[in-house]
Amino acid sequence: MTQAVSSPPAPLTAIRRKVRLGPVVERWIGWAILALGGAWVIWSFSASPKQFFEALVVGVNQGTLYALIALGYTMVYGIIELINFAHGDLFMLGTIISMSVFVNFMDQHKLGSWGGFGTLALAMIISMVLCSALNVFTEFIAYRRLRNAPKLAPLITAVGFSFIFQDIGQFANGSGQKNWPVDLGLGGPKIGGLELYHLLIVGGVTVPLLLLMSFIVTRTKQGKAMRAVAADRDGARLMGINVNRTISFTFALGGALAGAAGTLFVSEVSTTRYDQGLTFGLIAFTAAVLGGIGNLVGAVVGGLLIGVIEQLSNGAPHGLGQQWNLTVIFTILITLMVFKPEGILGTRTTEKV
Amino acid sequence: MTAVLTTPAPQTPKKAKQASSRSWGDLAWPIGYVLVVAFLFVFYKNLLPDLQDNIAGNITKWLPITSINEAMVWIVMALGLNVVVGYAGLLDLGYVAFWAVGGYVAGWLMSPPWNPDANLTFHLWSPSNANPQGIHVTFWLVLVAAGVVCVVAGLIIGAPTLRLRGDYLALVTLGFGEMVRQVAINGRVFGFNLTNGDAGISSLDSIGTGPFGQIQGIPTHLGAFDNEFKLLVLGAIVGLCLFISLRIRRGRLGRAWLAIREDELAASMMGVSLVKAKLSAYAVGAFFGGLGGVAYAASITGAVSPSKFDFSISILVLLMVVLGGMGNVWGVLLGALVLSWVNSTGLNQFGVQWDEWFGTSIQGDFKAHQFGLFGIVLVLMMLFRREGILPERRTRALMREPSRSEAEAMGADITEAEIADEVVAEEDPTTEKGLSS
Repeated sequence: MTQAVSSPPAPLTAIRRKVRLGPVVERWIGWAILALGGAWVIWSFSASPKQFFEALVVGVNQGTLYALIALGYTMVYGIIELINFAHGDLFMLGTIISMSVFVNFMDQHKLGSWGGFGTLALAMIISMVLCSALNVFTEFIAYRRLRNAPKLAPLITAVGFSFIFQDIGQFANGSGQKNWPVDLGLGGPKIGGLELYHLLIVGGVTVPLLLLMSFIVTRTKQGKAMRAVAADRDGARLMGINVNRTISFTFALGGALAGAAGTLFVSEVSTTRYDQGLTFGLIAFTAAVLGGIGNLVGAVVGGLLIGVIEQLSNGAPHGLGQQWNLTVIFTILITLMVFKPEGILGTRTTEKV
Repeated sequence: MTAVLTTPAPQTPKKAKQASSRSWGDLAWPIGYVLVVAFLFVFYKNLLPDLQDNIAGNITKWLPITSINEAMVWIVMALGLNVVVGYAGLLDLGYVAFWAVGGYVAGWLMSPPWNPDANLTFHLWSPSNANPQGIHVTFWLVLVAAGVVCVVAGLIIGAPTLRLRGDYLALVTLGFGEMVRQVAINGRVFGFNLTNGDAGISSLDSIGTGPFGQIQGIPTHLGAFDNEFKLLVLGAIVGLCLFISLRIRRGRLGRAWLAIREDELAASMMGVSLVKAKLSAYAVGAFFGGLGGVAYAASITGAVSPSKFDFSISILVLLMVVLGGMGNVWGVLLGALVLSWVNSTGLNQFGVQWDEWFGTSIQGDFKAHQFGLFGIVLVLMMLFRREGILPERRTRALMREPSRSEAEAMGADITEAEIADEVVAEEDPTTEKGLSS
């Protein structure tokens, strides 16, 4: 079986045999891949526990950011079945907006490091508001009109918006990498090349944001409306739910999370690039798929997992190094698509006729 | 290859008995196409140097032959993507992967030595000016080899995506595209230098003309300035791709693809083998991509480097297909010509002209913001003319039709019902008569 799968010129027979042997073989291959991954983790850990641990911490930190972006993908996908390709670029705009605000404000007021925290919070709020406004705007002018069109149309529109956002980013940021002075001057111990207080900021902001999200979706009326529209749009409309407003609200939430992730990310790395959004978005989307697209908890779990895997592959002993990041992540994505397309926490759906 | 080309010839008299108009239709485009390419060749080779200076100057400024050659390569790519996206309806966002694979096959098989890990010397009908060291295979065989390698790559990419639909498919293909690019950038795979990293492979062999080289006036190998002859070579490749695209569309496989595109479930119920049809769509698309990759590497740039293979190229090719009219070969051809011209010459030249008229110096800005412009074009196209400039009748109906679940809920929203009625009326004028009577 493995042989049949790995020899590409004869995939027809491979598929036929797969059907006959059923999911048993498939499950075994899946378990074998997982076991290989586990063996690698143990091998790496035993080589240098300290380095491994540092990579793990950085990975969790990165993972929470992926989770924030992945939530935006998964909510939009859950409600209108659109892969919002522009979402990663929205995150990129978030990084640029927040840094412009932060640096200008800091320059004007000559604030110290504790004032820096306040400014960072201000930058984050402005970035969240602008990103969510932009996301709602795109929904309003484009996706709303394409809701009844074949799926290809909104997807291509999203790609178009991705280019437009990148162009705006290029206009604002220049075509190269831009470095910003974000050092809050606190110093402190370092873990995996990042200062500890940066990690604490990220953790201290993301966890409440995620809790707030889950509160909005599960406890409020608007959240209930979101879930209803995601389950059955026409049914929700008949029940008196304002479908357009609910979808706009979803886009606003997703945009705000992307903006927040932008601020947090740039406060760590302090550089912005106009073309970093695409890669980041792809990784976050992979996280959303890994957790089970449409599932909010899944997005967080997937984001953390992807972040940890990425940083382990980057920084752990026996890792492949940063230059193979995307390859590792996409290999995971493709393997997942083959073995468990519904993701870790998702439910398998059958197609409606 | 010649065998493929000559097969339809005996069929034409048979068809002529059935319907003479159709046989004319079969012959009209090859004759027209050959005439257009021949005219372009003669025009740039013989007429352009004799024209008045200001006219000739404007032509070389606005429509240089290099931009036509580049457009030819883009046409090959767009036709290949059209098979995957336009015919079979499988959204492929990593199409640039095949371009890269084709380019690297050319790099491996027709270059002076570049790889310290594997220093081989091998010659097979190499052009007369080839470096004695290194692997040198004639362009024509490399075309075939790249086609075969890309078909294999297409099957590898296609196989895991068979169960996926729409959006997931787009994502996985995109992932493959990025992986290929990352391999190309990193260069070393398991310690072996595969692609030479960022530097890429340079000074590829020129195209050898073989027996034609003996004829007076035709160079034995096409150097950097033999653009007119390159146009003929590229024209032949585009002709082959057009021929394959048009013939395959009418055949059993083509109709199976259209069935899948329009309703996968219904098609499989009717006995279309989804696995076979989807894999062959990937294979044919990849084959075209390989041809395009070799043609681009050998005749346009003479080098392969990973910077040429990023995501935006996939999107540019997709834009050509969408802009021209998905599924319609002539629309795709038009889209590729227009966008490739804008990409290579148009925007730049427009910037120069703008500066001349208004005394500004923003020439670079037009080029810098071209992807923003393409994004706006994509969005506007999707909003106002989803089916492209020259749509196929069938695609037009498809793209205008509301999705099934919405159509079911027509009572809930009157505008959707109206759209559906419009589609029915456009598709078949007799339906409306039947309804009114």
